[in-house]
Amino acid sequence: MWAELSRLLGKMAATMKNVEEIRSRVILGEFGVKNVHTSDFPGNYPGYDDTWDMQKFQKNFRIDVVHLDESSMEFDMVGIDAAIANAFRRILLAEVPTMAIEKVFIYNNTSIVQDEVLAHRLGLIPIRADPRLFEYRNAGEEAAEEEASEIDTIQLQLKIKCSRNPRASKESSDPRELYLNHMVYSRDIKWVPIGNQADVFADSSIGPVHDDILIAQLRPGQELDIVMHCVKGIGKDHAKFSPVATASYRLLPEITLLEQVEGEKAERLKRCFSRGVIDLEDVNGKKVAKVVNSRLDTCSREVLRHDDLKNVVKLGRVRDHFIFTVESTGILPPDVLVTEAIKVLMAKCQRFLNELDSTDMK
Amino acid sequence: MAGEGEKKPVLEMIQADGADEGCVTFVLHDEDHTLGNSLRYMIMKTLDVEFCGYTITHPSESKINFRIQTRGGLPASEPLRRGLNELTDVCQHVLNTFQARVNEFKEGQEQPME
Repeated sequence: MWAELSRLLGKMAATMKNVEEIRSRVILGEFGVKNVHTSDFPGNYPGYDDTWDMQKFQKNFRIDVVHLDESSMEFDMVGIDAAIANAFRRILLAEVPTMAIEKVFIYNNTSIVQDEVLAHRLGLIPIRADPRLFEYRNAGEEAAEEEASEIDTIQLQLKIKCSRNPRASKESSDPRELYLNHMVYSRDIKWVPIGNQADVFADSSIGPVHDDILIAQLRPGQELDIVMHCVKGIGKDHAKFSPVATASYRLLPEITLLEQVEGEKAERLKRCFSRGVIDLEDVNGKKVAKVVNSRLDTCSREVLRHDDLKNVVKLGRVRDHFIFTVESTGILPPDVLVTEAIKVLMAKCQRFLNELDSTDMK
Repeated sequence: MAGEGEKKPVLEMIQADGADEGCVTFVLHDEDHTLGNSLRYMIMKTLDVEFCGYTITHPSESKINFRIQTRGGLPASEPLRRGLNELTDVCQHVLNTFQARVNEFKEGQEQPME
């Protein structure tokens, strides 16, 4: 009877461990991924209190900045659900506003680039201007007649003409030497302040972020005479407004060796993973595999193709550990983009809270 | 966005005939998975909620149908309000933590330079 009981207790302990794994890990199997969905909701697991607890969240939540420079950053966000982490990612891509060229007035374009192609190319150039200092331009029909104003529009001008270079050598065949203004770059776009903009933005130079974006190539006699209006917009409307080059996250990989792997098997195991994940240690003259940094793994699942190795490792990912990578287009620094994204989600909540309070639902 | 004349609705409440106020479909205009999924998570974390889910009605319509069914006759607007408040608090905490850690990181970067 005692044997029976201890067997039962052992089994219970095993299921408890299993439940913990289902709740906290995504398992990479040979033929698919297990435990993908969040399941820690109240009533799903006996013995767990899964109701929302702000104190518990604040205790477990953590952010570690791994890398940060002017254009990109990497950070770990731990202890939050995928639904919310994904909301931040989606907002970064599509709902953090920036300024971009929206209207292009082509007074003259004798280059071989068609007007509409040229307008599209201009639209995609990132414009350095703090979108927080501008208002959205009204999109209504009567608003279309309205003049562009200093609070919602930046005016840019591109006026350039190609000519022969009088100082080019006779035998030269290089167009860069033969012609002047042969290549039109983003640096040729000049800012034309409207109203008080020259004073307000005196110390922040407004214009293209990168000055070496090729816009068009000209031949002698061809010219461009263009005025552009930049407005505030979001990536959901057009990708040119997206403030990031990429914004993505991945879950922290977790690799567990279930038994000791040594010799040739260990060498092979090491080669199954990205460099730096598995190290070989010398134990009594034998090479023994050891996981040193599972974060570096790409989770290729190569190891599961080896019949003698697939049962000695467990591949998983930590469900609530997000490794974010944010790469800015250069308009705003990446850390500012993330704070703006969080504020956008708060604004969304506030919008519906206000609506709930104002109507008080009949 | 819309003209001053007719204001575009932000939130609508739809109830089936004869249903109590615990079973409601909220129509959230101009929203998608971004708010839908995170709000669903927060509301499903509440004990009195029997069901919470959302659908995007059609790819070319920018609104979601957000369904809440509660237990024990609790009005469905209560968990919605609570979910929105809790999501705001979560964001505030994430924002504070993020800014604190970024400042720490920037300070740590400056020191070794000297």
